[in-house]
Amino acid sequence: MSAAAEEIPTLPSVPAELEARIDEAITHYPPDFKRSATLPLLHLLQEHFGFLGAGTEEWVAHKLGLEPVNVYEVITFYPMFRRAPAGRHHIRVCRTLSCALGGSYELMRQLCELAKIDRSHATHHAPVSNAADGKFSIEFVECLASCGTAPVCMVDDDFYENVATKEAAAQILQRYE
Amino acid sequence: MVSLVKHPHPRERRLVFKNVDRPGWSPDIDTYLQDGGYDDLKKGFGMKPQEIVGEVKTSQLRGRGGAGFSCGMKWGFIKPDEKKPVYLICNADESEPGTFKDRYIIHQDPHQLLEGMILSCYAVNARLAYIYIRGEFPEGARILERAIQEAHARGFLGKNILGSGFDLEIFVHRGAGAYICGEETGLIESLEGKRAYPRIKPPYFPAVLGLYQCPTIVNNVETLCNVKHIVRLGGAEFAKIGRPNNTGTRILCVSGDVQKPGYFELECGAVTMGELLNDLCGGPKPGRKFKAVIPGGSSAKVLRADDTYKIKVKQPDGSMADQELKFDDIVLDFDSLAAVGSMAGSGGVIVMDDSRDMVWALNNINEFYAHESCGQCTPCREGSLWMKKITDRLAGGYGVAADPRTLKSVADNIAGRTICAFGEACAWPVQSFLQKFPEDFAGAAAKNELPRGARTALEALNPALAAAAAERH
Ligand SMILES: Cc1cc2nc3c(=O)[nH]c(=O)nc-3n(C[C@H](O)[C@H](O)[C@H](O)COP(=O)(O)O)c2cc1C
Ligand code: SF4
Ligand code: FES
Repeated sequence: MSAAAEEIPTLPSVPAELEARIDEAITHYPPDFKRSATLPLLHLLQEHFGFLGAGTEEWVAHKLGLEPVNVYEVITFYPMFRRAPAGRHHIRVCRTLSCALGGSYELMRQLCELAKIDRSHATHHAPVSNAADGKFSIEFVECLASCGTAPVCMVDDDFYENVATKEAAAQILQRYE
Repeated sequence: MVSLVKHPHPRERRLVFKNVDRPGWSPDIDTYLQDGGYDDLKKGFGMKPQEIVGEVKTSQLRGRGGAGFSCGMKWGFIKPDEKKPVYLICNADESEPGTFKDRYIIHQDPHQLLEGMILSCYAVNARLAYIYIRGEFPEGARILERAIQEAHARGFLGKNILGSGFDLEIFVHRGAGAYICGEETGLIESLEGKRAYPRIKPPYFPAVLGLYQCPTIVNNVETLCNVKHIVRLGGAEFAKIGRPNNTGTRILCVSGDVQKPGYFELECGAVTMGELLNDLCGGPKPGRKFKAVIPGGSSAKVLRADDTYKIKVKQPDGSMADQELKFDDIVLDFDSLAAVGSMAGSGGVIVMDDSRDMVWALNNINEFYAHESCGQCTPCREGSLWMKKITDRLAGGYGVAADPRTLKSVADNIAGRTICAFGEACAWPVQSFLQKFPEDFAGAAAKNELPRGARTALEALNPALAAAAAERH
């Protein structure tokens, strides 16, 4: 693991209520194939804690009877999982062709300006950029399956269409504390 | 958020999208039941499973996920006396760029999908089914979970459904942002809790060796919804919609440079390209002309709007003859789009007008594939990245004369040499853009000469930028 990976904050202890939901999710799969619950468990942990802290591999592996590396290779494969805190609200801007035709690169620029985010260090393996004040974070994502209402973006779980002007972008950000 | 209510175009035939944008409609089960919902399920339970498979075969329904494979034939691979458990998976990954149809079914009419799935599970004797939904549809996942609970409460799921003796559970499984999970064997790996590395076929045809090494049916959301309508109408009646071998309706999703983008459910082959783009979508933006259209999701080969196409047409005496076809006259169905060298694919029609640079457009597509390759096969993993790097420097003004040739040779060496069809999906755009728009690429490439000894064009032409780029990566 790289030096950066060692700096991951530790996974806090899992509260009973969350563990109950995790145990329920495991029942969705045949008892011999608990491994199938890897993605659902990672989603539940990330939703609760905001990111997958150090020790997530061991915790999930223990729960599902796997080796930590089985979980690690899943975390590193799927773009939605992250190992570091994002902003209080996470913005996803669609980058793909129809949205690019509709001005998504301009939208990204405007959102960064409004949310005071410097994206110059974003890379393939570290796509998320955080604002210094911790309020917003942002990343480009691929086609969100709403190309007819381009350009589109998400803030947390909320979805926004036709965000074609700076005013529209500003109005969206105003909704978040 | 629900999109603004949009009335169907008069030329549409709403079957699967009947309730999408319908005034007063909501995704709860009471609304659905008041509209005759789950009646087709009751009808289906009055039939033998093999009869439903027969009706689906008669209907000639072809898969709506991209490949257009016969649904009845796929189901026919499941042995009626299969000893292993059979699974059914609804592919709700909807991630092919340009495609936006499953989203509306999931968010606005989840019970139609469930009804189609329950009928399909009964037909192939699957007792456990999953809806694999892309991670970026969190609201869709919640809506489906609520719909499943409602269906349970009314006895449409669970044990001994409607007294039929048939048991079924359906669960929602969320992906996490990887396009390759749309590929059915990658999807299965992902559902098994692993990286979504597609499996090699043979032997891993899902219907033979799928989820947990058991026979598994993977179908797209729209395909499964159609099963409900086949049970309602009967296969023969369904087959009268559309054209032979291209039956039923098709949801076309139009995006990009048209006045009125959107989705349209049309009888298969009911409109031509010209009618779709001009009559239904309001034509090009003011003062613009259409330049390029990708007709079936970003993997489909691009068509040039000012081209004529030569196709083979069957004559009354059975012989084949060449026919010239203008772009506007291309019929939008599976067979016609294949005849002009592209494909109907996922139904995503991406339109670009004469203000667009095709090098820029291809570079955007290449970036998508470079990002989404799962990395198992060397030609795809390396090639998709090389292609992106080449178009990136062409678009940035650092191209060299050899670039279009290099680009083509990389693409030619990916297609046909990989585990899954992503290889073709990333090679076809490159091959077709180069073939259809050579002038855009030659123009971008002619700008520079590659000096001897330089390792990359960027390094030779703009050392400062090359150093900065190296630092970033
Ligand atoms: C790279 C790749 C991506 C795909 N993405 C999707 C997708 O997002 N949704 C989908 O339904 N099918 C997708 N498919 C097609 C599936 O592999 C599979 O053929 C389909 O789900 C079968 O369902 P159908 O017969 O009902 O179309 C994809 C295929 C490939 C090769
Ligand atoms: S073709 Fe590409 S996406 Fe498909 S298995 Fe190979 S590397 Fe993965
Ligand atoms: S390209 Fe942005 S939603 Fe499809």
